[in-house]
Amino acid sequence: MGKKHVDAIIVGAGWAGAILAKELTEAGLSVVMLERGAERTTQIEGAYPDSIDELRGAVRKRLFQNLSQSTVTIRNTMDQTALPYRQLSAFLPGEGVGGAGLHWSGVHFRVAPEDLRLRSSVVERYGEKFIPEGMNLQDYGVTYEDLEPFFDKAEKVFGTSGEAYKVQGKIVGNGNVFSPDRSSDFPLPVMKDTFSASIFRDAAKNAGYHPYALPAANASRQYTNTYGCQMGPCNFCGYCSGYDCYLYSKASPNVNILPALRQDPRFSLIPNAHVLRVDLDSTKTKATGVTYLDTKTRKETSLSADLVILGAFQFNNVHLMLVSGIGKPYDPVSNTGTVGRNFVYQTITSSRVWLPSSTYTNQFVGAGGAGVAIDDFNSMNFDHGPLGFVGGSPVWVNQAGMKPIAAATGAGGGGTPRWGSAYKDALINTYKHSLGIDAHGSNMAYRDVYLDLDPTWKDAYGQPLLRMTFTWKDNDIRMNQYVVSKIEPVARAMGATKMNLVHLNPGQPFDTRKYQTTHLGGGAIMGENPQTSALNRYLQSWDVSNVFVIGSNAFPQGMGYNPTGMVAALAYWAAHHIRTTYLKSPGPLVQA
Amino acid sequence: MELTLNRPLRRSFMKGLLGTTSFWMAAGSTQWAEALAAETAAQSYQPAFFDMKEYQFLEAASDRLFPSDHNSPGGKALGVAEFIDRQMQTPYGHGENWYMSGPFQQGPANLGYQLPFVPRDLYRKGIAGVETYARQHYGKEFAALAAVQQDEILTVLEGGSVQLGEIPGRVFFEQLRTNTLEGVFADPLYGGNRGLAGWVMLGFPGARADFMDWVNQEGAPYPIGPVSISGETA
Ligand SMILES: Cc1cc2nc3c(=O)[nH]c(=O)nc-3n(C[C@H](O)[C@H](O)[C@H](O)COP(=O)(O)OP(=O)(O)OC[C@H]3O[C@@H](n4cnc5c(N)ncnc54)[C@H](O)[C@@H]3O)c2cc1C
Ligand code: SF4
Repeated sequence: MGKKHVDAIIVGAGWAGAILAKELTEAGLSVVMLERGAERTTQIEGAYPDSIDELRGAVRKRLFQNLSQSTVTIRNTMDQTALPYRQLSAFLPGEGVGGAGLHWSGVHFRVAPEDLRLRSSVVERYGEKFIPEGMNLQDYGVTYEDLEPFFDKAEKVFGTSGEAYKVQGKIVGNGNVFSPDRSSDFPLPVMKDTFSASIFRDAAKNAGYHPYALPAANASRQYTNTYGCQMGPCNFCGYCSGYDCYLYSKASPNVNILPALRQDPRFSLIPNAHVLRVDLDSTKTKATGVTYLDTKTRKETSLSADLVILGAFQFNNVHLMLVSGIGKPYDPVSNTGTVGRNFVYQTITSSRVWLPSSTYTNQFVGAGGAGVAIDDFNSMNFDHGPLGFVGGSPVWVNQAGMKPIAAATGAGGGGTPRWGSAYKDALINTYKHSLGIDAHGSNMAYRDVYLDLDPTWKDAYGQPLLRMTFTWKDNDIRMNQYVVSKIEPVARAMGATKMNLVHLNPGQPFDTRKYQTTHLGGGAIMGENPQTSALNRYLQSWDVSNVFVIGSNAFPQGMGYNPTGMVAALAYWAAHHIRTTYLKSPGPLVQA
Repeated sequence: MELTLNRPLRRSFMKGLLGTTSFWMAAGSTQWAEALAAETAAQSYQPAFFDMKEYQFLEAASDRLFPSDHNSPGGKALGVAEFIDRQMQTPYGHGENWYMSGPFQQGPANLGYQLPFVPRDLYRKGIAGVETYARQHYGKEFAALAAVQQDEILTVLEGGSVQLGEIPGRVFFEQLRTNTLEGVFADPLYGGNRGLAGWVMLGFPGARADFMDWVNQEGAPYPIGPVSISGETA
């Protein structure tokens, strides 16, 4: 009963999956990509004017994961019962070809080099004792120098717009002074500053900070990428985060990689294919393939393969590892096992600044990745010694296109009316004359914050849901408060007539009802020690060497930057080592 | 206050568009037919999910949550009730994108919605509960009460002190508030935001989606009025 055999199976059609699929077909492998959601192309889903529809898009969330089939359970602490995440709110995972890469915003960062060796940096500067009890601070096991060629490669695929600071050791422009050296400039010139971003830039500069334009995978002009895929110039349409781009301006797997892959006879993509598990041999050290369910016909199929790549997104990757028996599940009590360990997120708080009524911020104008930021309080760029916390936050004005339903449902509260005529007056003023400033920060890993399988609730396929145990901890709350306190003088200098500075508060639990970010991380982290990481520095499972697990699951802690630039670089890094070393002699790339 | 919704103007504009901009049809915009259906139905809309009493409740309540005033028409004139009725017939109304598998166990509010009810249930049970409350405390159905009394009831629901049968008053309030604001500000394709009046109020240009020259105009207001998906302008 020969199962169908291919060289490599890729689970998930997002950025991680698409990059690996491209690299492996280039290496001559036959590749099957399995995606649980539907086929999606810009020609159909992205067509104007149907795509310019807030209700259908960001409100009813047509492009996001359908929770009725599968979700997670969430609790704040280990003594609680975790309850199902029944309605999409705090985070918005993707589904369908392109994954969340179809409807992301496009802020496309590299990494702050010291974030890759955060434990070492903190210990070198402040000593071992500086690390709070219960915090699992770790290095990635790779350096910025290791990854630089792959950041460079990814930017040329994504068509990233930006302004460099240093290229090959020479200061070349007005970019982020804290950013590391680059082997080449951004492929596209910087995006324009919106009015809101421009006044933040001026005020931040006058305050002595170092403003820079966010690197954006929104094309500032026409571009043809490494694979011959084309992008058109972004017109700041404002239907960006949560939408697919009707102008082919926002980088997505659908626009920037799949058009090239689809022409390759070695590649095939199967949508509506929900992978149930990775099949292992009896030794549990080798994957033989995967079993998936056709969600239309409900038929189960097993495919055999030499190599299995998980690119199903952070928590889905962890879920697949747990249900398949790849690696040892993490147990926070005995502090053993690695799969589920170091689950992290992103701290984010959005403050609001009102300008005089003669000034219009036109908040509906914007692009997901455009804006102006400062890194003066990110990573290790400032002295943590007297502050006593680890981590930091960029601060930015990222006007991505505020639309009326989001503005109206979010308006009021905190002592002001949420309905009625006074509410309407305030809503109009806020919509026309205000702007948002975010502190988008790191989140450290803790011994009792982790992922495992839920004992009660199941998905539509009968598998246990993944359980998240997560809340905000004192270190990260204090970091957020410190950084938010830096916003006030800048906002005053912008001409604020009123401001609402928002920060986390001590004891405030994670709230699943309010959108924060979809920047979930960790749970199957990379590292140098198989006792404390599920993956080696090439994102290869320590336990099952023909499984590579690509995604933000590999981050040992959550960084201040958005994750996708790092995910893409890690994907190219892992692919490079698969191509140059693994395929020649399959087996562990690092001896445990 | 009397409303000026420019209905006749809008109607002829729609007809004109249908004859001229066929490229949208050629491009396969399935929403054309829906848009026109909405247009003809607007004045004599027959609710499909709600009965007439429930519908009148929605008209009255949406008109208090989003009242008519110097800024804009209210929820009733904007078509919020029609919007909500039509939403009840979509996958959203049936809760098809929510995880609705049991057991249903209540927990701390910050862990999110845990009731076994989809939007259709929340409305059916919630409206009945509010009507019972209104009759008990004011002797009349909600729609027949004075605006101040309606506001009192909405305030009590928002405050969370009232249980509407199986549904906490606050849960129903939030559902109603959210859908009301959606009805005010969604594209008119869905039955609300009549005459684009919600968007006009905010200075939101709708489906223009092209700001190449407006990235930074030094704080000047955007000068062009809104356009809807079906091509209606205001
Ligand atoms: C609104 C929004 C805005 C964002 N903005 C930014 C931003 O500005 N900058 C940034 O860096 N990041 C941003 N992100 C995050 C970014 O989208 C993700 O980091 C990125 O898309 C992750 O890529 P991935 O390939 O790892 O996973 P995904 O894109 O999630 O792809 C995984 C795919 O796997 C599929 N899958 C899952 N389980 C299975 C299974 N069992 N079988 C088969 N298929 C499966 C999923 O359906 C999905 O299509 C944003 C996210 C959202 C939602
Ligand atoms: S803002 Fe730019 S990149 Fe984003 S969807 Fe609009 S045109 Fe595309």
